[in-house]
Amino acid sequence: MHYLDASKGDEILQDLVAIIMENRTYLSEVDGAIGDGDHGINMAKGFRQCGEAIDGQSLSLAKGLGKLASVLMGSIGGSMGPLYGSLFLGMATTVKDKEIVDPQTFGDMLAGGLASLQDISDAQVGDKCLLDTLVPAVEAYQAALVDGADFAGALERMRQSAEQGKESTRDLVSKIGRSARLGERSRGHLDAGAVSCCLLLTQLADSTEARLQPRAA
Amino acid sequence: MQRIINDPDNVVDDAVRGYLRASPTLYAATDHPRVLKYAGEPRNKVGVVTGGGSGHEPAFLGYVGEGLCDAVAIGEIFSSPTADAFFQAFDAANQGRGVACLYGNYAGDNMNVKLARKMAELEDIEVQTVVARDDVASAPADQRDKRRGVAGEIMMWKIGGAAAARGDNLNEVIRLAQKAVDACSSIGAGLSSCTIPANGKPNFSIEPGKMELGIGHHGEPGIEITDLPSARKMAATLCKPVLEDRPFKRGDEVAVLVSGLGATPVMELNLLYAEIADILDEAGIKVHRTYIGNYFTSLEMMGATLTLMQLDDELKTLLDAPARSLALSQ
Repeated sequence: MHYLDASKGDEILQDLVAIIMENRTYLSEVDGAIGDGDHGINMAKGFRQCGEAIDGQSLSLAKGLGKLASVLMGSIGGSMGPLYGSLFLGMATTVKDKEIVDPQTFGDMLAGGLASLQDISDAQVGDKCLLDTLVPAVEAYQAALVDGADFAGALERMRQSAEQGKESTRDLVSKIGRSARLGERSRGHLDAGAVSCCLLLTQLADSTEARLQPRAA
Repeated sequence: MQRIINDPDNVVDDAVRGYLRASPTLYAATDHPRVLKYAGEPRNKVGVVTGGGSGHEPAFLGYVGEGLCDAVAIGEIFSSPTADAFFQAFDAANQGRGVACLYGNYAGDNMNVKLARKMAELEDIEVQTVVARDDVASAPADQRDKRRGVAGEIMMWKIGGAAAARGDNLNEVIRLAQKAVDACSSIGAGLSSCTIPANGKPNFSIEPGKMELGIGHHGEPGIEITDLPSARKMAATLCKPVLEDRPFKRGDEVAVLVSGLGATPVMELNLLYAEIADILDEAGIKVHRTYIGNYFTSLEMMGATLTLMQLDDELKTLLDAPARSLALSQ
């Protein structure tokens, strides 16, 4: 059985910062089709600030995620500030005091983040938003564990479902946020929040998998 | 993009610095860089707070002042202020009699205000909210709760602010601000796109010679794209859905607000108003008060919005009460 050493939080957080910074322009282009075109700018601003705040520090996963949440909620605003802020805060709370993250704890962390986000938003799967990526990804991870998958196997199922969930938004008509005003005209375009969520979950899976350590049974 | 800026990412903070320096009798800084409060003496009244994205100037900060709002939370361009900013604005406006948070119906604002209210609860600051829903183009009348708040928000601040200024309690301020919102119907017509500085290119496009009816304050698509009509026809096009939105009848009194979207000359707004006034005359509707100018804009979009507020004696009294702010003084 494998586990993640939770003291590596700063490294994982810097990976998340990097993936958003690298996709700043891409996220704004996706958003430009049916929104303001500022999703990449706002996300990059928040993640850059988080990266600067934790630069050179050694942080637990809980502390790193908590820092990201407070920066997003405290400085980027918009819809994404509270949504992602709540998501990462919920994740941070779940792994607080954990020294190791085993496959079950990782699943609890995902579920805790989702529950926290749903506490401030009534959005549903199918509304064309980040939940279309997040919900199937979390469910797939947990289903994989039930099926007997190991940590890496469950992360792979999460990545696949996140990707499928993101792609599913292309054919949806937006029911929430600013793009909801577009009605049918929102069909045919990816949702920017679903795209950024897919980037983050995929990177979280990659970064976790790269740091998995074997544990004596 | 031909703009007066330093760094496109710092436009809002740099602008706030300008407002503070230019109008020290109106604005006082707070501990939060994106929260300004009224510089006048606190008067043991209900605090009135608003907030929203930048790019709509003079909204939202232009309505901080006497008889209007006590504090404002300032967001990134076209993006909601943070929950922390809303909370700090509640704290700045609170004079011990509770806070009325009067804002527009946008997903980000709804969520951040919700989080900020939780923060205020911990500090024992009572906060109640009214959400403006005046844009007739954004949802039909039977789905009023889905409508955006646009320039009608100004009437909500005016009425709610006047009620607070005369000493009404929080429940009464909320009731009257809600009554103001419920009495407002608005629609906009866009003639060109706007450009978010950090993006550097237009958000969308309206072809020369075309007009987009029902366009939103962030360039949300409207309900119809037509050839650009004469001002007379444009007035009729704007008046029709607004007049049909509620049972206006002959003898009704209204307040009329014609706001430019940022790039249309005020001369043209007055020209448009003359045509609107003719239409209201013909319908037997009496104009009690008129506001014409750049009251609620969308960066440098060309075009205008029309708001009608149906008045009764209670609303008229509050509408006529004095106010002093950057954007509205009477």
